[in-house]
Amino acid sequence: MKPSGFTYHRPQTVDEALDVLGRVGPEGKVLAGGQSLVPMMNMRLAAPAELIDINRLTALDYVQVEGDGAGAAVRVGATARHTTVERDTAAFTVLPLLRQALSHVAHSTIRNQGTTVGSLVHADPAGEMTAVLALLDGSVEVRSAHGARCVSASDFFVGPLESCLEPDELATSAVFPVPEGRSGSAWLEVARRHGDYAVCGVGAVLRLDGDARVVAARTGYISVDATPVVLDLGEVIGRVPYDTADWDAAGRYAAAQLQPEGDIHASAAYRRQLAGVLTSRALSAAARHALARHDIMTEVPQ
Amino acid sequence: MSDTSAAEPRHEVNLVVNGVPRSATVPARRLLSDFLRHDLGLTGTHTGCEHGVCGACTVLVTGAGRSDDEGVSGRPIRSCLQFAVMYDGAEITTVEGCTRPDGELGPVQQAFQDCHGLQCGFCTPGFVTTITAYLEENPSPSEEEAREAISGNLCRCTGYQNIVASVLRAAELKSEEVGG
Repeated sequence: MKPSGFTYHRPQTVDEALDVLGRVGPEGKVLAGGQSLVPMMNMRLAAPAELIDINRLTALDYVQVEGDGAGAAVRVGATARHTTVERDTAAFTVLPLLRQALSHVAHSTIRNQGTTVGSLVHADPAGEMTAVLALLDGSVEVRSAHGARCVSASDFFVGPLESCLEPDELATSAVFPVPEGRSGSAWLEVARRHGDYAVCGVGAVLRLDGDARVVAARTGYISVDATPVVLDLGEVIGRVPYDTADWDAAGRYAAAQLQPEGDIHASAAYRRQLAGVLTSRALSAAARHALARHDIMTEVPQ
Repeated sequence: MSDTSAAEPRHEVNLVVNGVPRSATVPARRLLSDFLRHDLGLTGTHTGCEHGVCGACTVLVTGAGRSDDEGVSGRPIRSCLQFAVMYDGAEITTVEGCTRPDGELGPVQQAFQDCHGLQCGFCTPGFVTTITAYLEENPSPSEEEAREAISGNLCRCTGYQNIVASVLRAAELKSEEVGG
């Protein structure tokens, strides 16, 4: 399998990249890590006439924690590799969900080269980071030669393998907000082998108060719809102490909200069943994670 | 190469492979795996699936504009999922470079021989490069960690048991070298 021919561009600066993107128009495609694009080119499912290699844009190779308190977020530049994000200690400290989810993204050799922002732009409904961005109400910073805009996750993912990027635009960074308060998180998925596409994947972010009662709970799903799905389960669970919460009921509720489709790997019914079971497990794991992270137990009278 | 028309623009790619400066002029669409095999004649790197699943084409790279190279002697990547032109100025280690300086088998290669870690040998170059890099990160893996380390590489012969044993044996050989 060999890709078809293309004209190769290797800009050295972001402005140069934006200039090339503006000139080549819809024939252009941005090449970052290439871990999704190049397989598609090898199989000739994609045949862009102009390829813009952004790997030399070292200014976009960063992971940084911005702000603190309510406005804190982890910003990931367009050429930061999954591995870089996964291993970033500061990012892990404030937002463990990134590492929790990234450990399920393919294999380490793929994560060494694939970029987190690239996987968002690729918008694969099985891509873990799409649901992480949606679950956290994150956003993507987008630039073109004519200006910049910030697109929320809910607007960014338009359909399977389709983001809202215009041909002349470059996604320069993604912003993953840090959940407020005493929060915990978990990412669980079922795949045929670890690192394969998930048959179903679920992320949970849950917040407890000082008495270990659930005050907020959200879940995000991959491989159940054309775009990542987010559910707010706070009301379903209720403001109850974490150890009396009915996670199974929350899982059943979540499963009923989803409309998965069947394919050769799993029937729709099996996928729904998985989504429900993984939801209850992820919520429970996120609650325990919140306790462990914030040492809430010491504040609870026995 | 016969698959390229005369009209297709070509790019000069200069890079260092296994410590030796190499150069070739190729079309932009030349995969790094094909560049190593066909243009440089280094056929140790194998191409199996050519869409990033099997891991046979794994090579170790530094350079090519990355800012996280410090202290890394080579990061494993799939050479079938990269274009050679992206690696102008980079340093690459292939399975041919995983030997000792005197040309004898390197510790990972020796471990594969000791533990019968290969049968047909098709997947072996990808395993050797992947494990070579992994042991630099984690010099004494548990069996479970060894299994996880090779989870991105496919072998159709061995059932993996002997490859897991090879990872552990290679770690032993490397630590003996350091200790000795």
